[in-house]
Amino acid sequence: MCTVCGCGESEVHGHSHEQDHKHEHDHHEHPHDHAHHHHDYSLGEAGVHVAGMDQSRLVSIEKDILSKNNQYAMANRRWFNQRAILALNLVSSPGAGKTTLLTETIKALGSTSSVSVIEGDQQTSVDADRIRATGVKAIQINTGKGCHLDGHMVGHALDELKPETGSTLFIENVGNLVCPAAFDLGEASKVVILSVTEGADKPLKYPDMFHAADLMILNKTDLLPYVDFDVEKCCDYARRINPGIKILQLSATTGEGMHNWLNWIKLNQTLAQTGITEQGTAS
Amino acid sequence: MHELSLCEGIIETVEEQAVVQQYSKVKTVRLEIGKLSCVEAEAMAFAFDAVARNTILEGAKLEIDEVPGKAWCIKCNEEVEINQRYDGCPLCQYYPMEIRQGDEMRIKHVEVE
Repeated sequence: MCTVCGCGESEVHGHSHEQDHKHEHDHHEHPHDHAHHHHDYSLGEAGVHVAGMDQSRLVSIEKDILSKNNQYAMANRRWFNQRAILALNLVSSPGAGKTTLLTETIKALGSTSSVSVIEGDQQTSVDADRIRATGVKAIQINTGKGCHLDGHMVGHALDELKPETGSTLFIENVGNLVCPAAFDLGEASKVVILSVTEGADKPLKYPDMFHAADLMILNKTDLLPYVDFDVEKCCDYARRINPGIKILQLSATTGEGMHNWLNWIKLNQTLAQTGITEQGTAS
Repeated sequence: MHELSLCEGIIETVEEQAVVQQYSKVKTVRLEIGKLSCVEAEAMAFAFDAVARNTILEGAKLEIDEVPGKAWCIKCNEEVEINQRYDGCPLCQYYPMEIRQGDEMRIKHVEVE
């Protein structure tokens, strides 16, 4: 995705960005006339002097803080759409069982779907190794001190991973229920995984993530007899944050409930392959 | 922790605009942060100083306007103020609420030289 990010130069090349044009001016040296009353000392044109402020002026930006990330994410989304690729962003706390769910899912999908995986972790390639052991392509992104994947990192991973047209891409985000909520990667859906060994009140404690997800998977249900976890309450909390969220209960270890998840994936694969207007070429 | 990445995003955007809107030194950055967004203002200010080093934003002041959270209650047919995403309606305790405002994370303007 270097054409998108112009990597390393902190500039975006070759793309027009709607937002950049929203506030275009004939005279760029003039601040906006809708600029802000609490700074009226600088609203005048050059030559209007206010003691101590004569060199200053206000420049309107009016952009979302995440607009850079969103540009990368939109480019990824377009790329997926052109290739009918279903991209899913899997998020959870550390230890909720993302990687086990993923390896079991890949095995269960078997040869019916072409699958590839982007693994995000702060350190090590342990997870990518576990995925590769199932026989599918996987690439590890180490975020170092970073606590989430972003649209830019994923764009580069795609260059290397080259997922096939019509395939399914699982992006396993860094285990963290806070930061990955805000960073769109271009995925079709965020899938949040919560295990019954965690607190049932997590949807309330980390509302941003449950708000951003389309599907919640309640994992490790085989352990329910041994833990004090109120399933009903947990689901109620999740729907309180996100009334439209879908909830599936399963155990990746025993396979109980897995068929619902596999069906959900298949339906979304069909959706990803529907209504594609522009067939891109895999490059 | 993600405040650091958000600050990098701010700096990237403000530096990009420096070329378009012709400025070379930023004195103040004014943000609008919704109460329901995932941003901690103090963490943001801390991260900003660190990330701004060696850029045209070095030493710039970060000003943050907090935007209150507002949501629509379908029972009361009214817009009410909420402080958390999980809050029910303060008038009738009904939930879920339809959030109307408070998600914002915007760069409003910069004061430049």
